Amino acid sequence: MDYSIKIGGEAGQGIQTIGDTLAKVFSRSGYHVFTHQDYESRIRGGHNFYQVRFSEKGISASRRRVDIIVALDRESITRHRDELSDNGVLIYDAADLKLVLEGDSFLDVPFTEIALRQGSKILANTVATGAVLGMLRVELDIFEKIIDDTFRKKGDEIVEANRRAARAGHDYAVRNCPKCAFIPSQFGRPKLLINGVEGIALGALASGCRFYAAYPMTPSTGIMNYLAGKAKEYGLIVEQAEDEIAAINMAIGASFAGVRAMTGTAGGGFALMVEGLSLAGMTETPIVIALGQRPAPATGLPTRTEQGDLLFAIHAAHGEFPRVVFAPGTPEQALFLTNKAFDLAEKYQIPTFVVFDQYLADSAWTFDGFDVKRIRYRDYRIRGEEWRQVTAYKRHAFTDNGISPLGVPGQSKNLVVTDSDEHDEEGHIIEDAETRVSMVQKRLLRKLPQIRREIAPPLFYGEEGADTLLVCWGSLYGIVKEVVDALANVRKIGMLHFSELFPLPVGSVASAGDIPVPTGVRPETDFLSRLKEAKASLCVEQNATGQFERFFRAETGYAFDHAIHKYDGRPFTVEELLEKVSACLGRLL
Amino acid sequence: MPALDDYYRGKTPAWCPGCGNFAILKAFQQAMAELAIEPHQFTIVSGIGQAGKFPHYVLCNTFNGLHGRTLPVATGIRLVNHEMLVIAVAGDGDCYGEGGNHLVHAMRRNVNLKLFVHDNQIYGLTKGQPSPTSGEGMITKNQPFGVFSEPLNPIALAVALDCSFVARGFAGDIAFLKDLMKAAIRHKGFALLDILQPCVTFNKVNTYEWYRQRVYRIEPDYNPEEKSSAFQRALEWGDRIPTGILYRNDRPLLEERIPTIKDVPLVLQPIATARVEKTILEFY
Ligand SMILES: Cc1ncc(C[n+]2csc(CCOP(=O)(O)OP(=O)(O)O)c2C)c(N)n1
Ligand SMILES: [Mg+2]
Repeated sequence: MDYSIKIGGEAGQGIQTIGDTLAKVFSRSGYHVFTHQDYESRIRGGHNFYQVRFSEKGISASRRRVDIIVALDRESITRHRDELSDNGVLIYDAADLKLVLEGDSFLDVPFTEIALRQGSKILANTVATGAVLGMLRVELDIFEKIIDDTFRKKGDEIVEANRRAARAGHDYAVRNCPKCAFIPSQFGRPKLLINGVEGIALGALASGCRFYAAYPMTPSTGIMNYLAGKAKEYGLIVEQAEDEIAAINMAIGASFAGVRAMTGTAGGGFALMVEGLSLAGMTETPIVIALGQRPAPATGLPTRTEQGDLLFAIHAAHGEFPRVVFAPGTPEQALFLTNKAFDLAEKYQIPTFVVFDQYLADSAWTFDGFDVKRIRYRDYRIRGEEWRQVTAYKRHAFTDNGISPLGVPGQSKNLVVTDSDEHDEEGHIIEDAETRVSMVQKRLLRKLPQIRREIAPPLFYGEEGADTLLVCWGSLYGIVKEVVDALANVRKIGMLHFSELFPLPVGSVASAGDIPVPTGVRPETDFLSRLKEAKASLCVEQNATGQFERFFRAETGYAFDHAIHKYDGRPFTVEELLEKVSACLGRLL
Repeated sequence: MPALDDYYRGKTPAWCPGCGNFAILKAFQQAMAELAIEPHQFTIVSGIGQAGKFPHYVLCNTFNGLHGRTLPVATGIRLVNHEMLVIAVAGDGDCYGEGGNHLVHAMRRNVNLKLFVHDNQIYGLTKGQPSPTSGEGMITKNQPFGVFSEPLNPIALAVALDCSFVARGFAGDIAFLKDLMKAAIRHKGFALLDILQPCVTFNKVNTYEWYRQRVYRIEPDYNPEEKSSAFQRALEWGDRIPTGILYRNDRPLLEERIPTIKDVPLVLQPIATARVEKTILEFY
């Protein structure tokens, strides 16, 4: 069983509510769920859709074929009717859309009329959600619980009206859709349902992040919203800065003052932060930057997806200083890599990045649970009694490993001094060549090999003897994984997925690290040999120029045999990538 | 009580002989000694410029950041530790030019920061370009036809934005400047102290002499709590230039409005990472 539902309509019609609710019903029913969203940069009108896929086996991407379409506008019909599977059904409100569709693939469900009968037009989305569940023959108990939780604050009357509307929609579909042959039932233990930005935000909370400053920009805003909602509970300050320059400088100030701090933005905002990034590098102030890529240059396609800022994240800022760049492939990796980013930032006193995109940000995945024992938390700052005992403190003292003691100003008589100018061990401005050289060695050269040893190798998925390797990074994990599954009986194929990107773990014996590895997937330390031995390697990226491909070649000398680039701002569906990979391999072999 | 020497780092400042910054440094050290604030109890955040070097000559916690970005760094520090006195030191180019946006929003937020602007009406460190406060018509190397723009009036800007404390000092009047610094530090709210600071090397217009002929101390019975008269005074420039506390209000502090830090500074609060297990349950 593997069903996909697409809800289409204008912005402001409530597509997201319907989609979120259905996804929650399925995840609570124990199914594996994957959702993705496609929306325009506007508040009302236009055409948006939300796709929900659920199955009893693990899934990690969207399919092109859909089994149910909920069309809230005419455009959903014209654009998506061809995506219906053979047994698929499109539901719509003929009176609302002022059109009648012939054929048993179309079912008129008078959402508005049913809603009015239950008390208000506002209930139409609840009717539609109920209707989808009716088509699937899913009982309403879980949906009713969601209704209770959502509307409790608004009073019994509203709860009751929504319950009636859900029931009416459900029963209407059961009565009027003989063709609906979908029969999922309660499947297993409830799963958790989480998207990429929630994963990043949870990772921040799990890491003891106390300060988040940002300026709103899609697709990063969800992090700020989520954290703001948790500010009270976790003792967190979330400040909306006047611009991204202020945001990163505030985070740096907060970190200097003694707490873990983070900022988040998209490419354009990050461009403004770049001088601040360099400041963090020079002053050795730990910070974490969540960088949500979106199609650019400039404002680009604000609400869409791309992997166009990898090289920007790696190379941004003047001067040379160490950094770490992660790009999670799943919400679970988002949580654990954000946690690792906080840990490394503080351990080495460097800026670290969590690079993501709209696709990962908005896509929800299900998991049985998270292994919280793997969360690292160690406070590397000197505080309390230990700090009061320190004498002759020097913020940037030369040490064997390049890491100087990170004291918290104000908590002892020691003075904490740092400078964006080149400075001496105390942190005071200098100009002499000798100190400059020693500082570069301390701040940069001595730390680099240690940092590289912290980086885990890529994950391998597929047949052990695979001679065809699909290589990807960041948010493409789930799609490429499904393509490997789809091709598994045709050829010996596997995936190499990179989420810990910079520095690459080459020439170092990387530990597998603490990041949970999904079943069937394993870290591949010897990835370079695997690639060299493969008959064919293919790098898949969502950008126009193959940024990872170029970066990988520069670091390792290895060139992939072929590349697939997508830069239309939309995520791959499984079918789409499968076609491209097959065409490409057909040509190669 | 700390002695004057406690704030003196013993390094020779990299300022030109006769620079107004020396007087500002002296006034500052006196103010801190009189307020009995120990070096570890305060942090100076500075930018880049001749003014930005200030904290390197004072014993204190120091964050010498980027050109123009003192206020956001200072805001971050202050929100994390609102028991720490945080003083931002900037040049006129630094604060009114490069960092102008931050100034506007720091005044709106009303974080309890003290902003001391060394206003020499010129870019000192980069050798004599006009700053936002340079007078119209001032001829410089890169403005051979004279400055075309009207000068920014920081005092009027601050009063208009309801900045919690607005004062002007003069490096040529150390005793009064010291008092203004103390008043700014004692004030509960964002405090702007614009300090007229002769640049003996590059500003040949606004010299000690020029200032001395114009600057006066505000009369003792002046009421800085009255906004409209404060605005009048703020516009006074040219023949007579008022120094003193020109405007003051008691707007609530940002720090007091954030529930998270109502009782204890953020930096002193325990970390609650274990709670995340409970939060994860919300996703089921
Ligand atoms: C982003 C950036 N732009 C430009 C500079 C070069 N710069 C350094 S100081 C300065 C202006 C100094 O003038 P001001 O802030 O008034 O300080 P002063 O030297 O007069 O005390 C400039 C333009 C810089 N350091 N950083
Ligand atoms: Mg200046």
